[in-house]
Amino acid sequence: MTLLALLQDYTVQTVLAGAVLLGLTSGVLGAFAVLRRQSLIGDVLSHAALPGICLGFLAAGSRDLPSLLTGAFLTGTLAAVTVLWLTRTTRLKTDAALGIVLGIFFAAGVVLLTYIQTTQGAGQAGLDSFLFGQAAALLRSDLWIMGGVTAVALILILAFWKEFKVATFDPGFATTLGLPVLALDLALTVMIALAIVVGLQMVGVVLMTAMIIAPAAAARQWVDRLGPMVALSAGFGILSGVLGAGLSAAGRGLSTGPLIVLVASAIVTVSVLAAPGRGLLWAVLRDRRAARRLRARQVLLTLDRLARDHASPGFRSDEGLLRAYHGTPPRRALARLEAEGLIRAVPHGPEDHRHWELTPEGQTRVNEFRLDGES
Amino acid sequence: MTSAQAALHEPELALHIEDLTATYHRKPVLWDIDLDIPPGVMAAIVGPNGAGKSTLIKAALGLVKPVAGHVRFFGRPYGDMRREVGYVPQRSSVDWDFPTTVVDVVTMGLYGQLGWFRRPGRAERARALAALEQVGMQDYAARQISQLSGGQQQRVFIARALVQDADIYFLDEPMAGVDATTERAIVAILKGLRDAGKTVVVVHHDLQTVRRYFDWLVMLNVRVIAQGPVDDIYTAENLRRTYGGQITLLGPDGAP
Repeated sequence: MTLLALLQDYTVQTVLAGAVLLGLTSGVLGAFAVLRRQSLIGDVLSHAALPGICLGFLAAGSRDLPSLLTGAFLTGTLAAVTVLWLTRTTRLKTDAALGIVLGIFFAAGVVLLTYIQTTQGAGQAGLDSFLFGQAAALLRSDLWIMGGVTAVALILILAFWKEFKVATFDPGFATTLGLPVLALDLALTVMIALAIVVGLQMVGVVLMTAMIIAPAAAARQWVDRLGPMVALSAGFGILSGVLGAGLSAAGRGLSTGPLIVLVASAIVTVSVLAAPGRGLLWAVLRDRRAARRLRARQVLLTLDRLARDHASPGFRSDEGLLRAYHGTPPRRALARLEAEGLIRAVPHGPEDHRHWELTPEGQTRVNEFRLDGES
Repeated sequence: MTSAQAALHEPELALHIEDLTATYHRKPVLWDIDLDIPPGVMAAIVGPNGAGKSTLIKAALGLVKPVAGHVRFFGRPYGDMRREVGYVPQRSSVDWDFPTTVVDVVTMGLYGQLGWFRRPGRAERARALAALEQVGMQDYAARQISQLSGGQQQRVFIARALVQDADIYFLDEPMAGVDATTERAIVAILKGLRDAGKTVVVVHHDLQTVRRYFDWLVMLNVRVIAQGPVDDIYTAENLRRTYGGQITLLGPDGAP
């Protein structure tokens, strides 16, 4: 199929639109979740949605999407509230509470799922598609639900921008300003729950949390302000959605959800490695540059020390002496210093080792270093 | 009945706390606190680790819910006095890698006064820059906050409280982990506030400097051990009752 034919395909259009909405919502909300260090709440919400989907199916008696999503939203919220209750009333730390709650709800979901499959027949139920997502099953009517959630999330975030910002950065201080921090927390958590629930069809309960974390984590690498971070996170989310859905449509039978997540993860990998300032590669380069500078400085000071030990300012140091002094051959440091005009190679009598002496500029530099060291 | 008509309780005191008790996992961390701080003083709250110093401030500001007691600022409950009360939390209480700038953090001090749906504009920015100038950080306005040193972070937090133009300021360990220069600068700022008629309440950990910096003292160890003007309160007997055996750690400078 050509690209044009692909884009005209009804299913492909629906999936692409769904992927854009999913990426946009989870990118925007994920930025706040990551900054609050609540990335894992997404994991709990999505896994805890599974029993709700099954209960919704049992209640409706069929694969009626609104019933399934309502069930997913209710059990997801119940799980989130349980985590909150556990951390406030017991001595369990948040990570332990998250792990326990996630496990219980997901296990209950899997039990319910197998119960439905044995009593009602797997093909008839088709609920297992919620485990890893099945984008092709997305209907035009589902897009309206996703679009609604996206619109509400964007309006909330924009309307209460400064409140969400200060409540995320410093909740205690936000409370003293008279802001309803608990209500803001709740609104954000409910929005994340909704975003996850509507995204489940595409990405599935197991991988959905990656859509919350990955675009935001990648965006933080590139920018230093909240506004740009949220915008870039939304952009990365959309890009992952579109590329993932596109690859899945172009390939044969490759499932869309995991592809979307893989694209998002690739964006994270590139960002963590290469983003200017925060990227690991830059840090490694910076360290090596600093190490080289330091080494050159040490060699320069050694030359000066040898000259002073011999009480002769123009002392010519044997390169072998320098090598013995520094343990390893200081060839690159010497080359660097020579290139900077701080030292020069000089012949010295019958010996065939190279000898080095400080140039006047080198002596000036040494004096600066020594002044630095004393202050 | 509106708050303006409500009967004022101890209006001549900047801070009045009565019977305040707070618990953590059912263990009392503050027990039956009665505390009065007059306006226009610079007060230190001192006590050993775990004495409840931070909790006392947090309970006064409604961040920790007390199980008993009440708190009044110039006779009124905190809810009516938010704008007159500035708060500087411990700087370790936030993530300094948050994606924002120095001037933006200071502007946050005005979010409460701005009200819902209003974005900070030029006027707010100007006030934030003025507050930064007060703490000597005007050159750092556009900096990303992760690039600040500990002392600079502390000054930004103080500027965020100053921009509120409150009457009474609470600071939680503002001198913890800052260098000597910054400590002097912070003390100068706080003394300036007091000289302008504000009330300043500081959780402090360094007994050596109590008498030099402060004129009012509260000694706390779950209960209030002593309170009043520093010169009356800073006695060997009170220190021993507050710190127990740890008092031997004091150098000759700190001994009264």
